[in-house]
Amino acid sequence: MRLSLRAPWALPLALALAVAACAPTAPMSDGPPVVMQRTMPLPSPTPAPTTRVGLGAGLFDAEEAVWNLRKLSSTAPPEAFVGVTNSDLAFQGNYVFQGNYNGVMVWDLSDPAAPELVTEYVCPASQSDVSVYGNLMFVSGEGLGGRLDCGTEGVQDRISPDRLRGIRIFDISDVRNPEYVANVQTCRGSHTHSLLKDPDDDANVYIYISGSAPVRPAEELAGCSGAAPSEDPETALFRIEVIRVPLANPAAAAIVSSPRIFDNLAAPPSHGLAPADQAEIDQARADGKFVVYFFGQDRILPDAFVRQFLDQLVTERGGSGEPTAADSTLLRERLPELLAARFGQPDAAERTGPDQCHDITLYPALGLAGGACEGYGLLLDISDPARPRRLDAVADSNFAYWHSATFNNDGSKVLFTDEWGGGGQPKCRATDPMEWGANAIFTLVNGKMDFASYYKMPAAQTTEENCVAHNGSLIPIPGRDVMVQAWYQGGISVFDWTDARNPVEIAFHDRGPVSADEFQMGGSWSVYWYNGHIVSSEIARGLDVFELAPSGHLSQNEIDAANSVRLVRLNAQGQPQYEWPATFALARAYADQLERSRGLSMERLTAIRSALAAAEGLSGSARQSALRALAAEVSGEAAASRDAAKAQMLADAVRMLAAS
Amino acid sequence: MSRLAMCAAALAAVLVSGCATPAATRPDAPRGDAAPARSGADAAALEALYWERQQAARSGYTEADVAFMTGMIGHHAQALVMSRLAPTHGASPAVQRLAARIINAQNDEIESMQRWLRVRGLPVPVPHVEGLTLTVTMEPPPGADRGAMGHEGMDHAGMDHGGMDHGGMDHGGMDHTAMPGMLTQAQLQELDRARGDAFDRLFLRYMIQHHGGAVTMADALFATDGAAQDGDAFKLASDINVDQQTEIARMELMLQAITP
Repeated sequence: MRLSLRAPWALPLALALAVAACAPTAPMSDGPPVVMQRTMPLPSPTPAPTTRVGLGAGLFDAEEAVWNLRKLSSTAPPEAFVGVTNSDLAFQGNYVFQGNYNGVMVWDLSDPAAPELVTEYVCPASQSDVSVYGNLMFVSGEGLGGRLDCGTEGVQDRISPDRLRGIRIFDISDVRNPEYVANVQTCRGSHTHSLLKDPDDDANVYIYISGSAPVRPAEELAGCSGAAPSEDPETALFRIEVIRVPLANPAAAAIVSSPRIFDNLAAPPSHGLAPADQAEIDQARADGKFVVYFFGQDRILPDAFVRQFLDQLVTERGGSGEPTAADSTLLRERLPELLAARFGQPDAAERTGPDQCHDITLYPALGLAGGACEGYGLLLDISDPARPRRLDAVADSNFAYWHSATFNNDGSKVLFTDEWGGGGQPKCRATDPMEWGANAIFTLVNGKMDFASYYKMPAAQTTEENCVAHNGSLIPIPGRDVMVQAWYQGGISVFDWTDARNPVEIAFHDRGPVSADEFQMGGSWSVYWYNGHIVSSEIARGLDVFELAPSGHLSQNEIDAANSVRLVRLNAQGQPQYEWPATFALARAYADQLERSRGLSMERLTAIRSALAAAEGLSGSARQSALRALAAEVSGEAAASRDAAKAQMLADAVRMLAAS
Repeated sequence: MSRLAMCAAALAAVLVSGCATPAATRPDAPRGDAAPARSGADAAALEALYWERQQAARSGYTEADVAFMTGMIGHHAQALVMSRLAPTHGASPAVQRLAARIINAQNDEIESMQRWLRVRGLPVPVPHVEGLTLTVTMEPPPGADRGAMGHEGMDHAGMDHGGMDHGGMDHGGMDHTAMPGMLTQAQLQELDRARGDAFDRLFLRYMIQHHGGAVTMADALFATDGAAQDGDAFKLASDINVDQQTEIARMELMLQAITP
């Protein structure tokens, strides 16, 4: 547990206010993407401006603030989906799959300034978390109203053969006409899910199911039990579910394991009483007081209760007046039953540790997963996809509810989000501490997680704006750890967490609340980088598309290098490892970073940039020779650089370019 | 209160009429336009539809949902009573932080539940905490005669707590003690007398009991036919359920750490 508190958030704001007054406006020029030997220094990073505080309200016309991003489009949902929650996103080819509590929309993003809606598939279920793999699409159902037949009428009965809670599987060979091919029903439904493509298995994909909703009755789905493990070893609590989907026959998808990754996490809760408490109870017994075993331990029944129960017994036997000794004896016999009738069966006290994960981020390239599981962040080994194994677990007294995880690209860090309050609460007010409802960043060494810092979107929001850490993804800025993240009505925040102890915001977009007068759910549910675009699913407003704009925090070269990374698809909970093709932008991006870190002198950097520009003007073996020479030169001076690792990355990038 | 019509399907009816088959793709559906290309009239029509649906979604609830919200407001308020003692009773920094989080979280959830009731035109419980005394007054629904509904304190006459037994309890301070996990006034007084380590232990024990009751109430809601079909109610009850289970686990660990 970590007990240290950072400075309260008011201080950073005060600083931001002080500096913003004299900060130049962020450079927004569209300057030529391929440059040139730079002799002027890069612009200095400036702190985030305060322009996003106090934005005007509106559904489709809220006031907006944007910093170091360019908004390309905002597209409202179609009529069948407007007014119903937009949820998570998945990507494949030029298509964006957007979940909605009413179904799934598919957008063609070929023109990011005007996304084209190609599919509206109405099939209600919360939360409609969506993943896609080849010709298959997977959609989560958790709420009580989801129907097997996609009907919109809901399911009224507590036990019903019509209810779907689990995973729906669609064939999207024709993306304009999804075909509903299979369901996998689960005991707790699927709040979210994560798709795993094992690099060693081309015949199947695996779906890890996370569900935090109540376990449904066995009468509805055979074998479901919400009992404590001591009562039922097959309980649906304290486990996750792994579904194997044969790609050649998706209708045969089935649960293949229910790993109990939480076992032995928490010590048993039925610890003994403190000696003083025990002495007090012994004394009470000796004095003839009512002592009852309740909520996991012996308790002395308060006098007020004794009196009520005795009066109840007197009334039940048709008597009146003061209770007699016989009533008192009867009460001793009937006390457990009377308490159970009044308070119900207190099974909650018997549960130990987390009993479900909210979300699991799988990183197959590293064989690791980050499980965000109620009060814990777990690190899992997933080298055997059907049998994940826990490596480490962390808890944090500032974290209410571990929601999701993101690794940095080389797996040396992991970031967990705390969805404090469940996403429906305004947790970014000026009075909410910066450690609560934030991200926690950990370094990862030999399978152990070490806490480094918290990051929270740094601008105060109103009480009309639900705001807390939510879904995001890495932006492939080479040599840096940069992430874009959704904060509901706190907007989207792009931040650099290369220095795990000092995460810094470098771009944002924010809107005013949906309504000035009343609280309405809204804001960015998910925002992910995909092939040069930053795509956000706005709960109430629809789909927003952005691109990065250069600034003192991020050069055009770094943006170009990021945009050279192309993905075939993206399911953010199955994290891809980014690989950068050999480009001049990549080498220039590292040069820019060396300028920022003063890893090489300005004179040397100018020479290197000139050499790169000259080589780019050449072709064939002349270009190769020039680049090889430059690579050798930079490699030779790397060791002496104060940023030796980055200088070596530059040398490697140039060498790769020579070989390409 | 008369039994409310179960109309969870109201939203559905507004959405897509008669769409019970999977292949619901509508090639003739309107295409989204890039802002600001969407004309003002289109945006206004879509916005009108948005608010219409917000309104329609508010009719899909049952008596059990109302009872849950109404009862849970009082239940949460007792956690405020307990947590407000921490700073003055020598609680450890860890327990003080826990208490501060509980105050923040449960205040917000009380507001959410009040809002849920208010926008549905239902009576809204308003808790008042004065030391160890919790009273709940009823804010009348919009347009109701305040004189008829605005009774102070204990009298919940005319308000159905959905099966919660208010009879036979100690009505000295408040009458929500019949709900699962609620502390009696005597237990609150016991907590109020404790200081330092003893306060920490008692606070954790009683808050585990208290949270356990909220979990029981949420489980009971989910076990009721037709309940929690309302999206907001499902989310609120699910969030309360899972947040409090998580906090119970954390408090159990804290309690073990300080139990000799």
